[in-house]
Amino acid sequence: MKHLSFTLAFLLACTTLATLFASAAADAQSGPSRDIHHERSLYRNIVVTEDSVRRCMRFTITDVSGQNQSCRFLDDHDNLVFPYAKMVLSSLMVQDNPKRILILGLGGGTLVHTFNLLFPAAEIVIVEIDEAVVRVARDYFDFQENAMNKVETADGRVYVKRAGLRGEKFDLVILDAFNGEYIPEHLMSSEFLEEVKLLLPEHGMVVANTFSSSQLYDAESATYAAVFGDFFNIRQFGTGNRVIIASMQPLPEPAALAARAVPLQVRVERFGMNAGEYPALMQTEPDWNQKARILTDQYSPANLLNN
Amino acid sequence: MPSTRSAFHNFLVFGLAFISGFIIMSVELLGGRILAPYFGSSIYVWGSIITIFMLSLSIGYLTGGRLSLQHPTLQRYGSFYLIAALLLLPLVLWGNSIMEAVFLRVEDPRYGSLIVSMLLFFLPTAVLGMIAPYSVRLLVSDSHSSGHVAGMLYFVSTLGSALGTLGTSFYFVLWFEVNQILVTMSVILALSGALAVYTGLKTNQLMAAQ
Repeated sequence: MKHLSFTLAFLLACTTLATLFASAAADAQSGPSRDIHHERSLYRNIVVTEDSVRRCMRFTITDVSGQNQSCRFLDDHDNLVFPYAKMVLSSLMVQDNPKRILILGLGGGTLVHTFNLLFPAAEIVIVEIDEAVVRVARDYFDFQENAMNKVETADGRVYVKRAGLRGEKFDLVILDAFNGEYIPEHLMSSEFLEEVKLLLPEHGMVVANTFSSSQLYDAESATYAAVFGDFFNIRQFGTGNRVIIASMQPLPEPAALAARAVPLQVRVERFGMNAGEYPALMQTEPDWNQKARILTDQYSPANLLNN
Repeated sequence: MPSTRSAFHNFLVFGLAFISGFIIMSVELLGGRILAPYFGSSIYVWGSIITIFMLSLSIGYLTGGRLSLQHPTLQRYGSFYLIAALLLLPLVLWGNSIMEAVFLRVEDPRYGSLIVSMLLFFLPTAVLGMIAPYSVRLLVSDSHSSGHVAGMLYFVSTLGSALGTLGTSFYFVLWFEVNQILVTMSVILALSGALAVYTGLKTNQLMAAQ
């Protein structure tokens, strides 16, 4: 057992280092970036930058701050730039073949593009609060609305609450509405997660792209545990992201995940993902302070806890 | 009245005006947090909250100014605080039921948040708005000093508003639940009102004794 843990840790370190080197190498080759679009929306400044390798969407408060929200390679739109998107795809080892997907937060539409390719028959509803983000995704990232992709310009919480009242169900709900500078606190509370849970059928799953550091990590983890029980927690050294995968079904054992990674690899290879890396990263052991206070609508200082 | 207007009387009115300024902004900030689960945190939700607060304060100023014409007393002044304390309680007791009822009937979150802001915040804020002009009347002893007194009063109450904003957004939401903060505000208002009424009655007794 000890030997297995050591092997897993070694593999994890190797893959993390390989990812970091690949990313550093890509940065070194990409050259200087230039702004190709700058727009001030009701909620943020949106900047589209491009270098010789990739095009990115960045949300900024000042001209120099901000993190890339979404990037794509210029010569290969399918290849995923960010590790978090691959972490999200690893959820397919938990539940596969979603027919109906809800994504809160559009960004450059990377996840929509990826899920379109993986599941062409699946209906995807995207909820994005900022019309300007939808426009920029359309104009600069080839995002297209069609019969299978429907965008709702709304607050995620309001959409989820109304969808629950309508009795709608989604096999997969992806929460991708958080960026490092401002967190919508009403999308982190246990009440919100209960509302999301109402949208899930008995085989449904929620996947959240969130934060891997600060006191918020403890509070958020405790909140997900209170609502969903055990969940997969995926952290990758150097990414700043962590992805939570919570399912309405009992979570598969590591051996089952490893077995599912093999057929998944064939389908996700085009996205630059090595599915075999992920079972070792998908942890259920709590690595957070389990006494952390749960976030609720009454108590949700997510931005203060993230400082 | 001028003969009984002691330093304590003035200190009390300034202190209570500070408290009302503090609580107005604290409740306004919490308004965003209260409405978010039903109407989101979009710019129009803040637009609704700020509109209703401005509207209710303006009506409160008008009403408080009018009431100050009719024999102003500390007892009546205190009653504003007691009424405001009571009017904050529906926010705690029935806030969710009211928001849910509006949410189910009004699809558009702009108008939903406006209606809810009106139902939850209009009355307590209007009553708190009555305090500022009434305070001026309680403090001004002659027309010569009226501008100075009004300026000092706005300084004190706006300082209270600034600290209410800071304290709520930086610390209170980190330490307490929204309802705990609201109940505490209500208790502070009730105690402030009781102190004003008591002081007014005592002053009357002293005047009668003289």
